[in-house]
Amino acid sequence: MERSSIIERVLRAVLLTLIVIFFLFPIVWILLMSFQTNEQILRIPPSLSFVPTLENYKALISGHLLTSAGSLDIAFMRNLGNSVLLSTCAVVLALILGVPAAYAFARFKFWLSEDIAFTLLSFRFAPPLLVLLPLSLYFQDLGLVDTYVGLIWVYQLIALPLILWIVRGYFEDISPDIENAYRIAGHSWLRTFFKIAVPLAGPGIAAAGLLSFIFCWNNFVFALVLASADKQPVTVGALAFVTASGIQYGQVAAAIVLSVTPTLLLALYAQRWLVEGLSLGAVKG
Amino acid sequence: MTSQPIDEPIRVVDRRPVEWLPYLLSLPALLVCIGILIPFVTALYYSALRFRLNLPALKGFIWFGNYINLLYDAEFWNTVSISLRYTALTVGVELVFGLIIALLLQRQTRLNNLISVLLLLPLMTAPAIASLMWKLMTNPNFGILSYLVSLAGVSDFGWASSPSTALFTVVLVDVWVYTPFMMVLLLAGLRSLPQQPFEAAALDGVPRLFVFFRITLPMLSPYIITASLFRLLDAIQQFDIVYAMTQGGPGNTLLVFQVRAYLEFYQYTNVGKSAALLVVLWMITYVLSHFFIKNWLRLRERSHASA
Repeated sequence: MERSSIIERVLRAVLLTLIVIFFLFPIVWILLMSFQTNEQILRIPPSLSFVPTLENYKALISGHLLTSAGSLDIAFMRNLGNSVLLSTCAVVLALILGVPAAYAFARFKFWLSEDIAFTLLSFRFAPPLLVLLPLSLYFQDLGLVDTYVGLIWVYQLIALPLILWIVRGYFEDISPDIENAYRIAGHSWLRTFFKIAVPLAGPGIAAAGLLSFIFCWNNFVFALVLASADKQPVTVGALAFVTASGIQYGQVAAAIVLSVTPTLLLALYAQRWLVEGLSLGAVKG
Repeated sequence: MTSQPIDEPIRVVDRRPVEWLPYLLSLPALLVCIGILIPFVTALYYSALRFRLNLPALKGFIWFGNYINLLYDAEFWNTVSISLRYTALTVGVELVFGLIIALLLQRQTRLNNLISVLLLLPLMTAPAIASLMWKLMTNPNFGILSYLVSLAGVSDFGWASSPSTALFTVVLVDVWVYTPFMMVLLLAGLRSLPQQPFEAAALDGVPRLFVFFRITLPMLSPYIITASLFRLLDAIQQFDIVYAMTQGGPGNTLLVFQVRAYLEFYQYTNVGKSAALLVVLWMITYVLSHFFIKNWLRLRERSHASA
């Protein structure tokens, strides 16, 4: 390793540069596009010299698009709001359901405990449409079609396995002796859970929450099948927006930028837990 | 808080939590489980029905009729073939690519760490949105990639809109999104390997290629297997990228399992056939996930033992 030749170091640098360009160029390019007018985007050859404009973002935020075919009203901001609402509520619910269950699975061996834990894990790997398509018929009968509640419940399929398995690992790593000592001192079980176990597993709970937020935000198929037009998150909304006629490309780019910024920022913030989250708690970063 | 004299035995009356406690704690998770199992069982039931939303009068129980029809349906075999090709291509390319990047970034320098964080960004982009980004870049009128390809002398490269290049294009998007997944798991694996075998090999002057194939790869294999199975399970069910890029087109070139089942349900309103397709896909993923969970558990135990 230490005595690498010049050729090897150059080769390494070239390879890494190519890799970084391949993975980052699309993001940078779309970001640049979002500050250009349609005329600038349509130039051939493409050019990097342009005066940045905020018109695309202004149009998206105001909701009025001026297209060649006339004025078009879009609800992209509403999609963005839906994404925030759906992902936040789904994660909060998953934490309320998942953290106590993770604790139970980590501390006690009881009837069906492993079965429930593994059933939840297997949900992560079953084809989502298998459950979603019958569910869409049930939702019509139950009157859940036009509600956030139904979607938030279904989002548990994404968030719950993640939270359960990551947080369970954190609870297992805490020695039960600490809790026993606290209980011997005369504290109730509930108090021990909230005063000792939850704070000690705090980093794991935070990581699992952040990661499930990202995965809920990025989800597409759940809302595509189950959400009515005014409940759609950005992933579904952006796609509908593109297929609308006479759209300005700069505005599509701006919509993409607005849809991915929250998750990319969160991911940068949560990056030291990403390995753990991506492997559902199997690999520690 | 009163401290007890040491020689007085500690009272153990209420030290152990009540027996119903674990059940109470896991009850909500269990309810969610049941809530998901109901539509799952419904799907199994639908797959045994002749059930078209537009022809409710024909609804009836036909046992394995839908499955038998699938066997004689050339379109079904086309779906199996395209799904397998998509899976093999994406996972293969991502594994090789991810392993190379992980090896390049193995040494913990500030630059390497920065790069490995930046490379995570595609993975954190919603796949549906990532597809839109690539759609803009491959647009025939102004797409930067279309322009670059035309500079190279290919003027009619169709990207996602031509049957001969559509698979290439969606695989490209999948590789862009998911290679960082392989990279990040393999990098964590590489960095967690014990150093002694490598030091010993370096002392003995063992050639690097030999070290890679005889020490690195075998020691890394649990990570490689887990990461690949993870990706296999996701790739065979890929929906977002294919649907957002081409909706399964052009023609039937990209009708992978879930896209086909979706169209079967919404376009042809054939619920029974759609459910049968998804059950077949579920059986494939069930077998795969069995292997996956075994490997995953082994890895999980190891990482917790070392923590």
